[in-house]
Amino acid sequence: MFRSARYEEPLLCDLSMVTSKKPQKVKEIPGSLMRTKSISLPNIDETQVVRHFHRLSQMNYGIDSGIYPLGSCTMKYNPKINEAIANWERFSCLHPYQPISTVQGTLQMMYELERYLAEITGMDAFSLQPAAGAHGEFLGMLLTKAYHQQRNDNDRIDVIIPDTAHGTNPASVAMAGFNVVEIPSTDQGMVDIDLLERTVSDKTACFMLTNPNTLGIFESDILKIASIVHDAGALLYYDGANMNAIMGKARPADMGFDIVHLNLHKTFSTPHGGGGPGSGPVGVTKKLEPFLPVPRIIKTKDGFDLLYDIPQSIGKLRGFYGNIGVLLRAYVYIKLLGKEGLTEASEIAVLNANYMKEKILKRCPDYELPFKQLRKHEFVLSCEKLMKEKGIRAMDIAKHLLDYGLHPPTVYFPLIVKEALMIEPTESESKTDLDRYIDALCMIANEPTEKVKKAPYTMPVSRVDEVGATRSGILTWKQIP
Amino acid sequence: MNFIPNSSLKNEMLKEIGYGSIDELFEDIPKQIRVKHLKLDSAKSQMDVEKHMRLLSEKNSSCQNLKCFLGGGIKPHYIPAVVRSVLSRAEFLTAYTPYQSEASQGFLKAMFEYQSMIAEITGMDCANCSLYDGATALGEAALMSSRITKRNVFLIPQHIAWEKKSVLVNYTKGADIHIKEIPFDQKTGKIHLESLEKMLSSDVSGIYIENPNGFGIFEDDVDIIKELTKKTKSLLVVGIDPLSLGIIRSPGEYGADIVIGEGRALGNNMDFGGSGLGLFSCKQEYLRQIPGRIIGLTKDDQGRQAFCMAMQTREQHIRRAKATSNICTNEGLCALAAVTYLSWIGGDGLEKLSYDNFKIAQYLSNSLNSLESFSKTFSGTHFNECVIRSKTDPTKVNAYLLKKGILGGVPLKRWDPFLKHDMLFGVTELHSEEDIDHLINVLEEVDHV
Repeated sequence: MFRSARYEEPLLCDLSMVTSKKPQKVKEIPGSLMRTKSISLPNIDETQVVRHFHRLSQMNYGIDSGIYPLGSCTMKYNPKINEAIANWERFSCLHPYQPISTVQGTLQMMYELERYLAEITGMDAFSLQPAAGAHGEFLGMLLTKAYHQQRNDNDRIDVIIPDTAHGTNPASVAMAGFNVVEIPSTDQGMVDIDLLERTVSDKTACFMLTNPNTLGIFESDILKIASIVHDAGALLYYDGANMNAIMGKARPADMGFDIVHLNLHKTFSTPHGGGGPGSGPVGVTKKLEPFLPVPRIIKTKDGFDLLYDIPQSIGKLRGFYGNIGVLLRAYVYIKLLGKEGLTEASEIAVLNANYMKEKILKRCPDYELPFKQLRKHEFVLSCEKLMKEKGIRAMDIAKHLLDYGLHPPTVYFPLIVKEALMIEPTESESKTDLDRYIDALCMIANEPTEKVKKAPYTMPVSRVDEVGATRSGILTWKQIP
Repeated sequence: MNFIPNSSLKNEMLKEIGYGSIDELFEDIPKQIRVKHLKLDSAKSQMDVEKHMRLLSEKNSSCQNLKCFLGGGIKPHYIPAVVRSVLSRAEFLTAYTPYQSEASQGFLKAMFEYQSMIAEITGMDCANCSLYDGATALGEAALMSSRITKRNVFLIPQHIAWEKKSVLVNYTKGADIHIKEIPFDQKTGKIHLESLEKMLSSDVSGIYIENPNGFGIFEDDVDIIKELTKKTKSLLVVGIDPLSLGIIRSPGEYGADIVIGEGRALGNNMDFGGSGLGLFSCKQEYLRQIPGRIIGLTKDDQGRQAFCMAMQTREQHIRRAKATSNICTNEGLCALAAVTYLSWIGGDGLEKLSYDNFKIAQYLSNSLNSLESFSKTFSGTHFNECVIRSKTDPTKVNAYLLKKGILGGVPLKRWDPFLKHDMLFGVTELHSEEDIDHLINVLEEVDHV
């Protein structure tokens, strides 16, 4: 089990501080711009740098440390071969403006990856440009806008989302200048079809949906939903954060979705790097293809090329072509697993989630499962009962799991479940590890309240005062009193 | 080799929870949309995939084999082995966003140090812990300027990369922000001050300048520009190349309100333009309007120093539609590369690096200028990139250079049709005078071919 190191490692600025020598005067620099003060960065030895970051790494939990069942985050194992290949110089040391003839290997990889993702989702065309899932959502909204504008359908200003949606959905919608219209879910935790029907109008630009949704429930009425949305003249957007549930089982395009984003750093095994870089490719059906960002990767008789001259394109979403290293890793992953492997990944991800859910509910009645039973790759437990009876909150359980050497699930999301524990084990975990996690959850429910509430005990720090960080506003070492 | 440990246990597990088959777990998916099989290849062994990737990679020529003189805000730099070593620590590499701070103290502390260093070199009070890249940081800065000033005109220099302009337009159209371009002085390649003065009005939220600018030239009229922005109470947003800050004043010293930039040069690969590092720092008074993750210092319940994500109420997972940005996943690992790199090189090292870049680029532009067919387009002082006008068509020049294993400057015709004879060259600490002499020798041949 994971045990964190507990170093009292000083900040870099305390290891050594600046020499206060005057900077070298460079006479060619215009006087008004010349630097007059030294840069106050630590000047330390390589040995110190290495030990510092090595020690910090030992106070951090990664997927290589153990199970990491953050719901909607798909923390699956990141194959080592991906890392090795992405770091090959012939991939990593390329300038984005190199002549096309000198980057044919990378362009071929990108072209083929687009085709693979198109096959997995059923979409017609892909853009690999978005740097993350939220970036993909934002692109999806820009495409939605361009699509309606081209049809002179300019009054479509509303985007509908369910109340179970990821926080990025409403944020991306607002950033693109649309109004967010949130609709409550049914008592089954699914889209309220009648309400959706009453909500759509000639003002609706799009309906954004995650399927399976953030409760892990597959929206079985998806074909009905698609026809309601399309009949109203709106588009249907697929948030692909939960694609790991359905690879090789169902495809967003067949469900009627017009736009899809995928998170390569979730479903396609690329490492999260403590927050990024990720990649959020966007796939569309034919009618939206003309609006995709430039450049598009095309195949010509001489090989592969970047096409810029696309009159209806929305332009660019970021510098250059996409997070190439992430794309490479995902490409390698798809090659390694193949069609059977990807399908099996989803099958076992769903099996693992349902296995955990059933066993927890059977063994420990303190945890409840609001809404229907069958889930896909994730499920959301409520510990409301534990809170009411013992005063133990979801966050307390999360923190005490750390003492068992286990990473907590996502907590307090989705918002419609009280005291939510959102668990997504992924296909990477063994039955032994799942059983251990189940045991830990059940044991914590039976521990004395006082003990659970003061957890964690085994980490480099005890419970962190998160409000304090906001209150104190200390964000750099200079601001430390 | 398999990444799915429970493959062989599925029947046992299904039975234990009362299911007869895997199919039963998927019976909530309507039959008419079930996939029969994906049209993809079957699995390949790691060895075979590696062979395939080797063949693909051989269709690329890296900047280790070619001598790269391309500019455009991205260039090859020396990356010390220490950076790769730290980044390969799986506890960092395979961690998620640090929502559980007690299990993420290492990464959080490194990000706090990153923020401290970025604030220090830009001369600002605080920094976030990364955006996607320099171009999207510009988009976010324009949005933030409008939120702060409640105005909707944002001025940018005409002479920035066309890609950045396109990103900026896409980022700001939802907020109804009008982007207006300030012309450049045709002689110096700097911002045309009189034009700027005319364009300033009380609806201008912010003025964006780059230093060095898109032509690689230092905008040295910064004090005058700052004075102008004061008159209309517009914000001054400065785009920087962090490597230049070892020899020039930080934007904080000349009154910048927001500083952004591309931080890739700090220990990150060029990666064919992949994963960038969007730098973002600002004055403390604008803190609550910052986009993206911010790490703060706090205490644990025993009073010990601890770190966690701060001011999350700005962010999408709490604030949803009213968040300051939709960003969730950022470029954490690239920020980790940057903080490792800056720790390794230190303040003295950064100053020297800055100087080395400057110096070698002056050698480049002077050498090119001495050729009959090439001349410096602008008279302004440049950092490590410069615009060179060619008598021969730039496409033809580059085609010839490529035959000799050299990547010539970026043709600027896509930036501006008037620059159809111009090329943006870039050099760094990796280039020696001999490399440049070789370039010059080859260029001398161009006219004779």
